[in-house]
Amino acid sequence: MNVVSTKHSLLPAEPEWPHESGFHILEQLSEPTHRNLEPVGPHYLAHARRKRHHRTFSEDDRIVAAQQAKNVEDADPGEISEPEDAMLLSRDPKDWKNQDHYAVLGISKYRWKATDEQIKRAHRKKVLKHHPDKKAAAGGVDDDNFFKCIQKAMEILTDPVKRRQYDSVDESADVEPPSRKARGNIYKLWNPVFESEGRFSKKKPVPRFGDDKSTKADVEEFYNFWYNFDSWRTFEYLDEDVPDDNENRDQKRHVERKNKAARAKRKTEDTARLRKVVDDALAMDVRLQKFRKEERLQKDAKKIAREAEEKRLAEEAKKKAEEDARRKEEEEAALKASKADAKKAKEAAKNAAKKNKRVLRKGAEDANYFHGDGAAPPDVITNVLADVELLITKLDNEELDVVAKKLAGLKVSDDIKSVLVDSIRGSVNNGSAAEGDFKILLK
Amino acid sequence: MSDSEEPQQKTVIGIAFGNSNSSIAFTSPDGKADLIANEEGDRQIPSVLSYVGDEEYHGAQAKSHLVRNPKNTVAYFRDFLGKSFADIDPTNAHSSAHPIQHEDGVAFSVEEKADAEPSTLTVSEVTTRHIKRLKESAADFLGKTIDGCVITVPTDFSEAQRKLLSEASKACGLEVLQIIHEPVASLLAYTAREDTSHPADKTVLVLDVGGTRTDAAIIASRGGMFTLLATQHDYELGGRQFDDVLVDHFSKEFIKKHKTDPRENERSLAKLKLECEATKKTLSLSTSAQISIESLAGGFDFHSTVNRLRYDLLSKKLTDQVVGLVESVVKKAGMDLTDINEVILAGGTSHTPKLASRIQQIFPSTTAVQAPATNPNALNPSELSARGAAIQASLIAEFEAEDIEQSTHPAVTVTPHLAKPIGVVIHSPEGDEGKAEDKVYVFLDAETAVPARRTATFVGTKVGGDVLIRIVEAKKESVDVTPPKEVKEKVNGTDDDDEDDDDDDDEEEEEEKVIKRVTEVEKVIAEALLKDVKKGQKVEIMLNVAGDLTLTLTARVVGGKGGVRGTVPGRAL
Repeated sequence: MNVVSTKHSLLPAEPEWPHESGFHILEQLSEPTHRNLEPVGPHYLAHARRKRHHRTFSEDDRIVAAQQAKNVEDADPGEISEPEDAMLLSRDPKDWKNQDHYAVLGISKYRWKATDEQIKRAHRKKVLKHHPDKKAAAGGVDDDNFFKCIQKAMEILTDPVKRRQYDSVDESADVEPPSRKARGNIYKLWNPVFESEGRFSKKKPVPRFGDDKSTKADVEEFYNFWYNFDSWRTFEYLDEDVPDDNENRDQKRHVERKNKAARAKRKTEDTARLRKVVDDALAMDVRLQKFRKEERLQKDAKKIAREAEEKRLAEEAKKKAEEDARRKEEEEAALKASKADAKKAKEAAKNAAKKNKRVLRKGAEDANYFHGDGAAPPDVITNVLADVELLITKLDNEELDVVAKKLAGLKVSDDIKSVLVDSIRGSVNNGSAAEGDFKILLK
Repeated sequence: MSDSEEPQQKTVIGIAFGNSNSSIAFTSPDGKADLIANEEGDRQIPSVLSYVGDEEYHGAQAKSHLVRNPKNTVAYFRDFLGKSFADIDPTNAHSSAHPIQHEDGVAFSVEEKADAEPSTLTVSEVTTRHIKRLKESAADFLGKTIDGCVITVPTDFSEAQRKLLSEASKACGLEVLQIIHEPVASLLAYTAREDTSHPADKTVLVLDVGGTRTDAAIIASRGGMFTLLATQHDYELGGRQFDDVLVDHFSKEFIKKHKTDPRENERSLAKLKLECEATKKTLSLSTSAQISIESLAGGFDFHSTVNRLRYDLLSKKLTDQVVGLVESVVKKAGMDLTDINEVILAGGTSHTPKLASRIQQIFPSTTAVQAPATNPNALNPSELSARGAAIQASLIAEFEAEDIEQSTHPAVTVTPHLAKPIGVVIHSPEGDEGKAEDKVYVFLDAETAVPARRTATFVGTKVGGDVLIRIVEAKKESVDVTPPKEVKEKVNGTDDDDEDDDDDDDEEEEEEKVIKRVTEVEKVIAEALLKDVKKGQKVEIMLNVAGDLTLTLTARVVGGKGGVRGTVPGRAL
């Protein structure tokens, strides 16, 4: 840190220090003023952080430093430190076609998944270690073979076209599909296979093989995708070297043709291989059987349900018909019974009326046709009987009954007459008979 | 490839919402704030909305409609936000849509659609539409959706106005992270430029000469923390008044030629005003400017030129007013002009060279005036607020809303500030003027928010032996150190700018006294003894003042063993 002023120094102390300790307090600080800080800027935010968490300066410094250190660690997750074996280090750079570029850069665990950033960092690290100037400085031999390998790897991996060509034939990244007889968790067996095959897909994202929870649609989409797989895989990397221009032109063309044919052949083979892989997976996929079984079960369940429903409906119809018949029968029986009853009552009423009529006639007869003693003359008898008959016709069954009851037991002629006269008057009064119709009883 | 793997970063912008112009800024990943240009390439986007037919125009396009379609053009609405009709000054809106009373607030009546009844737009609604257009411009420029913003407002914006502004912004889907003061944002724009973790303590005057108003604020910047000490506003002084000077000037010229006053016709006046504004801007950059308006009034075209000197003379009265405002705010803060360490000129009118040189003249030469005319490295005054807002936005972008709320709560912002500067007495056998002197090295200036901590390194002793560290409270005093006449002339000759004009001379003669501010010991707080410091050894002293004004001294000999530590107990708060 810079000195405040070279011209000025701190005060020289008096020879005699009058106080016991090295620090002597004279006064307190003046009363502070309370003001509003503007909540703006990085230093205010630091202040707010300290105040809110009740930290002192040194505590806060420590915590922030610790956090920053953590952030730096987080930022560099892929520490690239793969061991370099002697075989790799002694590779001939001329044989670059057969070298594993990822291994040369020490990122063989990432392979096709390595990002450009990772490749760049790995390359830088390797260069720092293997630069020929460094080796020369360290007194080593003038050997830049491995450095050339590194440069070649970098050249291929940073060029998108060349990297694709290399990735296409990078067998170390392939995952062998399980054999048909393989046992065990098919998801664990197949997922890595399709993940690795999926790197050649032009279409992204590539659907995953999934697990036993995948839906039918997912699985169908998966197989649909793989049976219509659109691959960018090319085989230029394996081309035979085309001879230079100065050699025979025909020879050159021949080699080119051969290369083209070889590429096409490899591509066809690769397509067929992939198709077989997908076929195998399909054959081993227990999910499809499961889905089929589920579907069948579902179908069956539907059928059973339908039949049960039909049966239930039939039963219901039958029951209803029975019920209807029974009700009809009952109704008919009741009707019959009531009819019989009515007939009986009618007959009874008829009989009663007959009987009552008889009582009335008998009353008149008993009272000697109201003629006092002696035999009544025939015209009186006729008139009285006519009147009684008329009365009978005028009276309905109930009145007849009432009159008959009044007459029952009466022997005296006047009593009988008065009963009959009352009833005649009653029927005259309610308008059912006219006074003039009666010939004798009212006189 | 690697971008998608990183955690999604929020895109936040800073918005300077002005009465006349607004600007938007963002902070690039390397921490530099930059202005965003809208679709038309404007960095200063006029805060104007215009409705023509079924179309809504915004910014410069809308501003040009002030001539053709003033009734349906809404301008200068910022200051109406959250105010009642009785409280507003409608002068500025005279030549645009007139404010009308609407419920409790202010609204504008404009024909939004062709062949339809005029609709009533509240100020909040206009603000929402304005911010929406700003947001869209920013989103187009950055190619990302905007997640949040920091908006600047003047210091006299009330709590209710801030709330309305926040709601208006939310209504168009833009979350307001924080609303900050314009002068503080301007200061932050400069402070953030310094590449240091320990910004120097200074007292700054931020002078914001805007389009319609002028605001001055004094801010204590202590260790990067800002405290507003005093503010002063002039609502009738701004760029428009400077425009009017030119309007009057050219009108007179026009009358002389064509016997018609263009100020009498509203349309002519609007045309003239727009052109004068452009001419004024040109004059800030070159010494002369042209104006040409087709069919200004009475069918006559108008072409003329004006030079800077003429303009400076015409606007002298206005410059004087600005200077007066500066002096009054300094007085309000209870300070002396010499206490101001830095003056920051903000606002569009601050481009005027004369204004900057006048401000520079009233302050001592040690005071830095940050304006394009006085400091070639100065930032563009028009962009300061937006830059500051963008910096603040990037700082709090990753904060949760609750975090921001807590950090800006008065319980955190209201802080005790030191009443007096605290320092250590240092000694020199020769001193500045050749004689032995003691002076106070100020560790913590007055108005420093506590808790605070400062460290400084001193020459321990020139001769070796014990060292006394005397911690004092100091006071600042003005001392008249007017040198004899002939000496003074020499001093002035070296200090003055080359481009000084004739009219400066009178001021120089008026200014007779030379006042020097000195820091003197007021009371001694504590003394500490540091034993056996060898000659040439350095002493590092750290003073730490806690929130309750507990003062802790830690002194140690750099590279040595000796050290002393002591605490002065604080006050019970």
